[in-house]
Amino acid sequence: MWLLKLSWKNMWRNKHRTTITISAIFFAVVLSVVTSSLQDGVFDNLIKNVVSFYSGYLQVHKQGYWDERILDNSFEASVSLEQQILQPKNVTGLAPRLESFALASSEELTKGCVVIGISPQRENTITALQNKVIEGEYLIENDVGVLLAQGLAARLRLQLHDTLILIGQGYHGATAAGKYFIKGIVKFGSPDLNEQSLFLSLAAAQDLYSANGRVTSYVLALKNPADLNSTAESVRTKLGGTYETMTWEEMMPEIIQHIQTDKGSMYIIQGILYLLVCFGIFGTLLMMMVERKYEMGMLVAIGMKKIKLMQLLLVESVLTVFSGCIVGITVSIPIVYYLNKYPIRFTGEMAKVYEEFGFEAIFPSSTDSGIFITQGLIVLGLGLLLSLYSIIKIAALNPVTAMKK
Amino acid sequence: MKTVIDAHTVSKTFNPNTIPVHAINNVHLHMEQGEFSALVGPSGSGKTTLLNLIGGLDKPDTGNIIIHGIDITKLSPNELIDFRLHNIGFVFQSFNLIPVLTAKENVELIMQLQNRKRADIEKRILSLFKQIGLEDKIDTRPSQLSGGQQQRVAVARALASKPQLVLADEPTANLDSKSAANLLDIMAKLNQEENITFIFSTHDVRVIERARRVITLVDGQIHSDTARVETEPQTTDLATAK
Ligand SMILES: Nc1ncnc2c1ncn2[C@@H]1O[C@H](COP(=O)(O)OP(=O)(O)O)[C@@H](O)[C@H]1O
Ligand SMILES: [Mg+2]
Repeated sequence: MWLLKLSWKNMWRNKHRTTITISAIFFAVVLSVVTSSLQDGVFDNLIKNVVSFYSGYLQVHKQGYWDERILDNSFEASVSLEQQILQPKNVTGLAPRLESFALASSEELTKGCVVIGISPQRENTITALQNKVIEGEYLIENDVGVLLAQGLAARLRLQLHDTLILIGQGYHGATAAGKYFIKGIVKFGSPDLNEQSLFLSLAAAQDLYSANGRVTSYVLALKNPADLNSTAESVRTKLGGTYETMTWEEMMPEIIQHIQTDKGSMYIIQGILYLLVCFGIFGTLLMMMVERKYEMGMLVAIGMKKIKLMQLLLVESVLTVFSGCIVGITVSIPIVYYLNKYPIRFTGEMAKVYEEFGFEAIFPSSTDSGIFITQGLIVLGLGLLLSLYSIIKIAALNPVTAMKK
Repeated sequence: MKTVIDAHTVSKTFNPNTIPVHAINNVHLHMEQGEFSALVGPSGSGKTTLLNLIGGLDKPDTGNIIIHGIDITKLSPNELIDFRLHNIGFVFQSFNLIPVLTAKENVELIMQLQNRKRADIEKRILSLFKQIGLEDKIDTRPSQLSGGQQQRVAVARALASKPQLVLADEPTANLDSKSAANLLDIMAKLNQEENITFIFSTHDVRVIERARRVITLVDGQIHSDTARVETEPQTTDLATAK
């Protein structure tokens, strides 16, 4: 107890210096917490966007479909299969899709496009496709109309309520052809989707491709996305080798790569930040050890065990670093919550990058408590590491020479 | 009478490999409990070195130093720290006190290191501050105390641990003569009341006069060791004796 009291008093022995040290730690904590939380927020949002706008967290296909995305790799949809997929608690819903290619023609033009047959209602619960409708209406089950992506409509010079013709190859080499009425126009941020996609009701798509009762994928919704891999594993074991169960990470490795590159540069920046703080703390530590050399010599001379003296200095360091951390985290919390409520909107190059992935460059910060804890612990760890210096100095302290002027 | 110091053929040489300094050279010293001795000699004669050896702050190259029955030349560094904590009270020339602690806390510290009971500590503190005449300064920080008051608190701290021996290395060197006399009065009084052995080094003649035994060092050797007459008045006011 007296040791703690003495540490506290020692800590305030040089008020300016302690204040500067605490402020340095404070700024480091605030900066790294806020940047981490922004970054995590960006990625969380990125993932949420990717997943919710198209891929879903998990997809089930026929084994080999993802490598060769053709109708011959489709499979028979069935209620019993769906029930099996829905068995793991974490799977909250699924939407069937039948995807393939076709040539879309207006009266004057023909363009290649991706045809996606969907169950309008189930699709909407997972990807909120209805929100992307900018003109006309969303599809209903067994609809005979199509939703045309805005970019594709422009390329074909077609408008709402026009008709278009789809020509392609159906299941097992059958000829696919059909005439469709444009019921709605949808808009995507992703150029790929916006320039190429066209949505049909599942029944209409199966009809077009002579693939009655068949789908190419089930898109799954998860309750807790954090359990992605374990859920994938349990679905995988349930379904056996006939089907492949893929996570969004497996389907879109480029996004994971993008996140990792970005995180890497972030870690470097944080590393530099912490290095600066370390230099600052070490400088004050050096000064303090010189200033208190005589006194420490005297304490050992009158009978203070070195281990006690080490404890004393360690407690001082921890108190100092801890104060900086606590104040830093306390100040970061409202900042982070503010940035969560009023998200940052990226502009320029950054915005373009994200828009290419297909979403708005708006990023609420992450309020995950793990960020605060991690950054706090990092700073605390660094503080302890630095105080090793004083411990080594004390171990080598000779009271007689320390007290020589 | 109990023997407090029994030192034989003690030598200490600094820098033995470069330019050797024979700081202490073949010293024998015997001291009984309750003695009040001055260690005198010119600067560089080895007073500090000898006190450091007796106090277990430094190790001799040869010889044995037995304090209260313990041969301290045989102790490990950690045992030495413990030995000092329980057997030796130190008063240094200056900067004896921890600046962030009050006078009381400075004295308490050593008893806390000894793991003494709170009630014990409180009782001892009160009586010590009464003895050094600084009851009203008990909660004052060292920076608010005069040099003489600081040294008195240092003496209180040295005694707080109930040591066998108090070693004071030039305790009055930074004090004016009035404060020096006052400090010596207090030391002499505590020496008598607590029957604790005191050795103080000094080259101040007026301080030497207060000792009952004067050990003179020259070039690291004991040049003379004389007992002074016991009947001499102990409370001469040195300030007026200039
Ligand atoms: N740590 C040391 N290293 C080298 N020489 C020392 C050291 N300490 C003391 N000395 C030398 O030993 C001699 C005795 O010093 P000291 O005991 O301090 O004398 P005093 O206290 O009587 O002035 C001096 O010559 C001094 O220079
Ligand atoms: Mg000296």
